[in-house]
Amino acid sequence: MEEKLMVTSSPHLQDKASTSSIMLDVCIALLPALICAEIIFGVRVLLVTGVSVAACFIFEYLLNMITKRPQTISDLSCAVTGILLAFCLPVSIPLWMVVIGDFVAIVIVKGLFGGIGQNFANPAATARIVLMLSFPVQMTTWTAPVGADATASATVLDMLGHGTAGEMPSLWQMFIGYQGGSLGETCAAALIVGGIYLLFRKVIQPHVPLAFIGTVAIFSLLTGRDPLVQILSGGVMLGAIFMATDYTTSAITPVGKVVFGIGCGLLTCLIRFFSSSVEGVSYAILLMNILCPFVDRLTRSRPFGGAKA
Amino acid sequence: MAQKSKTDYKKIFLLGIFQENPVLRLVLGTCATLAVSTQAVNGIGMGLSTTFVLVGSNLVISLIKDLIPERVRIPAYVTVIAGFVTIIQMLVQAFFPSVNDALGIYLPLIVVNCIILARAEMFASKNPVGASIIDGIGMGLGFTMVLLMMGSVREILGNGTWFGIPITANLIDPMLILILPSGGFFVFGCLMAVMNLYCDRTGQKRAELSCQSCPAASACSGCKSCASKEESPVEEARVAKAELEAEVLEDQAADKAAEGKEAEDK
Repeated sequence: MEEKLMVTSSPHLQDKASTSSIMLDVCIALLPALICAEIIFGVRVLLVTGVSVAACFIFEYLLNMITKRPQTISDLSCAVTGILLAFCLPVSIPLWMVVIGDFVAIVIVKGLFGGIGQNFANPAATARIVLMLSFPVQMTTWTAPVGADATASATVLDMLGHGTAGEMPSLWQMFIGYQGGSLGETCAAALIVGGIYLLFRKVIQPHVPLAFIGTVAIFSLLTGRDPLVQILSGGVMLGAIFMATDYTTSAITPVGKVVFGIGCGLLTCLIRFFSSSVEGVSYAILLMNILCPFVDRLTRSRPFGGAKA
Repeated sequence: MAQKSKTDYKKIFLLGIFQENPVLRLVLGTCATLAVSTQAVNGIGMGLSTTFVLVGSNLVISLIKDLIPERVRIPAYVTVIAGFVTIIQMLVQAFFPSVNDALGIYLPLIVVNCIILARAEMFASKNPVGASIIDGIGMGLGFTMVLLMMGSVREILGNGTWFGIPITANLIDPMLILILPSGGFFVFGCLMAVMNLYCDRTGQKRAELSCQSCPAASACSGCKSCASKEESPVEEARVAKAELEAEVLEDQAADKAAEGKEAEDK
């Protein structure tokens, strides 16, 4: 049994961190992006996020009751899932679609596979894909930031990919989130602040986000695209900092994390540049989640003094 | 005696629907299940066609099971199944052309549907005619039931209609993913979870399939109960050592006996 549990080489440090304290840190790290989204897209942001979080808690509570599992809503992981899912939806989405997304994330992706720590894919990313494939119209109806002239707006990736009419925001506007897009993914500055907080609190390690974002930048350069535009548009920041660093579904060892991040970045670029879909972050994360066990097996670390594997 | 055999039939029938449901418990025929279950009416058409073929092939194979040489049994089964598939295909083409169009290639592909071959191999080739027919009906209806449920869920939620009648299309937007193959897997997994929950609650354990009933047993050497067939090097070494020890013991016994004789002689 111990052999199966100990996956990294010694020393094994003990820490006071618990699931709920880590999840609380993630929620705190997501707050700046939530506040920015509220400023950029208006009050409906809070409504969508609130409904999403509430639905996640209710689904988790009901599922645990029906399957007679110990009640796990107090670990706050469903709050993180709810906020993350809301962050990758457009502001104008009908609320019942948000609830369906929460059902997919909590019940199907997480609950049916055994609850927290057992899911093979990121619940929020998978729920976003399900909603995207189910309701393509509502999921791509983007609202322009408050104060802009137009009421509807295309995302930067739409403009690049499909040649949709629209004025490209400047890089600074993209950095502070003044662009069309899902409600929580536009403001790169707030997401980076949240990421630095998580690094400072040692909740995440920098391998995955840096490898992810770095790969997107390098691949964009190699294919003759503006790397900064690719990094600041779409869900790269949100995905790299908050979704790809999920403990359950990302690689364990440092080398594995780097491989995982590079894979995410490469797949994102391949989907963005060469497929009919303009955005590929959630698909890339989902595919790498599925490949994660193989990454872990190939990058298993050798115990100190142990024989070569 | 008659009473006893009647209860057996009922059990065989119900096995196919719940405990050994071909799709949800034995996980057979998945390809056809996922492909045709986008509409409820397709599910019924496919399910009943398969039931017909299953009953017919089980009946014939059970009748001729003693005539078929062991080595060519699979080709013989497939020939029988193909005959029944041809019959049902012609019937469906003649009387239900719309169903035929909707099912497309999956109707002739019933020939290679593993539910039918599996029941021929696992049941009809070992059991009398009556039991085989009941097994065919039970398995076929179990398959039809799953296809109908999957088709209903996918059609109502994914298209807003049921048997072509609008249900929710005007109230809420249909979830297009359920019509796509990925949605089929979602519904499949959820139904399987519900069926497992039901079977666990009612104490119906999953059947332990022995290697004798497995069509792949001759090609498989990984499982423990088959390992005795092919002796592993370790096993050979152990046997050789045991034989050697036995020989040594015999020699010693012989020596002792000889010594004893010598002593007696003296």
